[in-house]
Amino acid sequence: MVLIVEQLLNGLQYGVTLFLLAAGLTLIFGIMGVINLAHGALYMIGAFVGTWVALQSGSFWIGLPVGLAVTAAVGVAMEVGIIRRLYARDHLDQVLATFALILIFNEAMVLIFGRRPLRTNLPEIFSGSVEIMPGLPYPIYRLFVIVVGLLVALGLYILINKTRVGMLVRAGATNRAMVQALGVDIGRLYTVVFALGALLAGLAGIMASPIVSVQVGMGEEIILATFVVVVIGGVGSVKGAFIAGLLLGMIDTMLRAFLPRVLAGFMDGSDAQALGSGVSSMGIYLMMALVLLIRPRGLFAAGA
Amino acid sequence: MKHLLTTASLMAVMAAPAWAETAKIGVITTLSGPAGYLGEQIRDGLKLGLSASGADTELVIEDDARDPNTGLQIADRMLNEEGIKLLTGIVFSNVAGTVVPETLDNGGIYVSPNAAPSNLAGAKCHPNYFVVSWQNDSLHEASGVAAKELGYKTAVALAPNYQAGQDAIAGFEREFGGEVTQIYTAVDQSDFAGEMAQIRDANPDVVFQFHPGGQGIGFLKQYQQAGLLGKIPMALSEPSIDTVILKAVGDAAIGITGTTHWNDDFDNDASKAMVAAWAAEYPDRPLTTYAQQAYDTGLLIGSALKKTDGKTDDVEALAAAIKEADFTSTRGLFSFGQNQHPVQEWFMTEIVAGPDGGPKIETKKKIREQVGDVYAADCKM
Amino acid sequence: MRKENIGLVVLLLLLIAVPFIAEMTGQLSLIRLVGQILIFGIAASSLNFILGYGGMISFGHAAFFGVGGYVVGVMYHHFDQGTAFLGIIPGTDQMLVTLPLAIVVAGLAAALVGALSLRTSGVQFIMITLAFAQMFFFLVVSLKTYGGEDGIMVRRTNDLPFLNMRDKATLYWVIVCVTAVYFLAMRRLVHSSFGAIIAGIRQNERRMAALGISTYRYKLVAFVLSGMGAGLAGALMVNFLRFASPDMMHWTRSGELMIMVILGGVGTVIGPFIGAAALVALETNIARWTEHWHLYIGLILLVVVLATKGGILGLIRKVGGRK
Repeated sequence: MVLIVEQLLNGLQYGVTLFLLAAGLTLIFGIMGVINLAHGALYMIGAFVGTWVALQSGSFWIGLPVGLAVTAAVGVAMEVGIIRRLYARDHLDQVLATFALILIFNEAMVLIFGRRPLRTNLPEIFSGSVEIMPGLPYPIYRLFVIVVGLLVALGLYILINKTRVGMLVRAGATNRAMVQALGVDIGRLYTVVFALGALLAGLAGIMASPIVSVQVGMGEEIILATFVVVVIGGVGSVKGAFIAGLLLGMIDTMLRAFLPRVLAGFMDGSDAQALGSGVSSMGIYLMMALVLLIRPRGLFAAGA
Repeated sequence: MKHLLTTASLMAVMAAPAWAETAKIGVITTLSGPAGYLGEQIRDGLKLGLSASGADTELVIEDDARDPNTGLQIADRMLNEEGIKLLTGIVFSNVAGTVVPETLDNGGIYVSPNAAPSNLAGAKCHPNYFVVSWQNDSLHEASGVAAKELGYKTAVALAPNYQAGQDAIAGFEREFGGEVTQIYTAVDQSDFAGEMAQIRDANPDVVFQFHPGGQGIGFLKQYQQAGLLGKIPMALSEPSIDTVILKAVGDAAIGITGTTHWNDDFDNDASKAMVAAWAAEYPDRPLTTYAQQAYDTGLLIGSALKKTDGKTDDVEALAAAIKEADFTSTRGLFSFGQNQHPVQEWFMTEIVAGPDGGPKIETKKKIREQVGDVYAADCKM
Repeated sequence: MRKENIGLVVLLLLLIAVPFIAEMTGQLSLIRLVGQILIFGIAASSLNFILGYGGMISFGHAAFFGVGGYVVGVMYHHFDQGTAFLGIIPGTDQMLVTLPLAIVVAGLAAALVGALSLRTSGVQFIMITLAFAQMFFFLVVSLKTYGGEDGIMVRRTNDLPFLNMRDKATLYWVIVCVTAVYFLAMRRLVHSSFGAIIAGIRQNERRMAALGISTYRYKLVAFVLSGMGAGLAGALMVNFLRFASPDMMHWTRSGELMIMVILGGVGTVIGPFIGAAALVALETNIARWTEHWHLYIGLILLVVVLATKGGILGLIRKVGGRK
């Protein structure tokens, strides 16, 4: 029982990270129609800058806002400089241009921070665990990540459904041309959306940095899962990103946790682990293939 | 008169000190990624050891990025395009899995400062393949011995799912003798939340885990964060608690039991000379067993090169010279077994609070007399 | 037309001469370099058929490259161990068997992936081909018997009767022959009525359907043919490197193939080979004076995508004044 609850929490924590990334990506894709492979690079930049500043200043709480600010700035620069030119282009050009950006950003990180992964230090209040149920001391930090993720989800809900900007975002995701025809400064809207996406990606990176290894290429590891979440959730839908993100996070974690043990019942331990791990990794892609074949637009597609 | 002059000059030339050639040695090691510091330790330890032996060598150093294919392509180039006959340096067993056969196929010699997978230690042993560190299994058998001596009966053993990881769990299990639950992690895994949950669920007497490099740091930190550190003791082999990991983890490591074949508090002259040389050359960097193993490798290769006048073309002669192991090891007692892997002693250590406040590895007692590995008997050389 | 053929013959003679040039100049690595360019050229060319001519943006092409390669690897593994695949098919180290087998298996894989993916279009098509490629990747990684993450080492290049395949130059000349045959076949395909239909589907699928053409079927056949080409390249690559690794199927490898197609200019038969040459040459040369060569490749790619419409070949044509 304790084991299942613990693994569910782990899945929730991973799912929340996926949501933070997918929310931004789905808005960018939905509203601007751009496939941005380099979204993972923003996650990486957030992790690197946040961690480095935290190390230099000695405080995670200084690293956090600085990391967010820098990532948002990089996002704006990216949009104004490169992404803007891709709105009118076809998907192939978008894919290749943003792939090129991945190469550039990865190497830029090496130039600035070197090849070795950065060490992260958690603030004191986070370095222990809290007994959330008898026999289950769960790491405080992971609970923090879950809470932050849920709060952001709530915040985004309010932003998108209860504010004017949010209304424009929803309109843009539903029908871009119409919004433009209605006289909205679409260029400004795009930049704001992109910056928001970058901010969320950076937050995901900073939150993840004490747990995963802060190293070059960490963006690629998670960008595919993020795309899967976006496609399953429905392009342009933050609600879809939330539900699909949590769903995928939990399914992926539970598969990884329990499939190898099931297989170990009739296979040698090392083989069982390899097969279990491989099939678990395939899990989210199988899900996506299934969803695409049944509901090609995803679960909660926004557009007409 | 002319005759006399010619003879005299000939004798003069022969009497002059033999000008040793500069021997070219290929060093393929892991310099990038989270385990990059292991390669750096090996590279620098090798250099110090070679200079301590007095040999004149030219090192061709390349990064294998922990990828067996990259290592293979580099070895192919070194052996076939650059004419290098002696290779060394590999950190990881999966890279060794391709580079060693390639080297042997092309008539070269490989001397391992670290990786020594089980599949190359038994029937597949080869006269041109030498290991200076330890055989993979025996490195972890020591931890099994330690855990047994401390009275533990049940254990959870974790390691990444590659050759060295499998060797680790096999070695630990072999000597531990109690009930072992095996858990394999992914080779590039950095988030161990799932494994922490499984350990908690299994509730063993002791945990054994083999996660070298950056993975080791992550594992120990998360073990502490999960509230397991005070609850379930650990018995680790040296790669999981090397001095770099120790520095990054800090006080969280105090109390952990370790095992090793060498520690910086050893009393013999060779070890003290190495510790001093390292401190002089790299005062800001800790000295790990990786560097020590590479240092011994340097001493070994240097001693062999002296016997062949610095030449590496006669591979048979060089291999014979290496086999003699005519050097004084920093670990005290050292000799080659039947499969040209080491026969050595093993010690139990404990992480204690050091004099400067930080944690320190302290040697407690010897737990194994001179012993080789279980695969030597299968080697029919 | 004439001029083009003369140019190709000259190129072929130059390629054949490479081992001699390498020997004379002492640049032994030249054989390895050109060999890799030719193999990647085949893979990129096969992608170009569906991407450049057919307009199908498949991000999963590396899967077929990897499948072809693994056929060679798995067959060698069983040959070396003396066991049989699934207990029935014995291992082999004969290139006359492994190459055709690789082509067929890759074609079957492409048929499977294509049949499902081609039911979608646009970004869903890109994502689903990507998903399939990753599934192949993880499947291979999970099979410890075939090396898993570490891949399979093929200690000896596959054998061909009467030839000493251990000699690097011999293997290289075999690759040149295969590439030449492949190139001619591709040229014939592109200029055939089938090729015209594929191009027509790219330009306006609805119009082709209105003309009574079953576009799904034509696209599927094109997809399978291109998968077979990638499989051939993969099989050659494993023979060349003597190693089969899961990285061959990784989505970033698909990205590299796309870069080659773009650099060379979509829509020509020789373009992908020029693109492969450009990327490999860039990688090797830039890598020589800086370890940060990824940065420069990225910048160059970005400039090419944003600024040009026809890749390097397009640039040359523009400069040369031709349309």
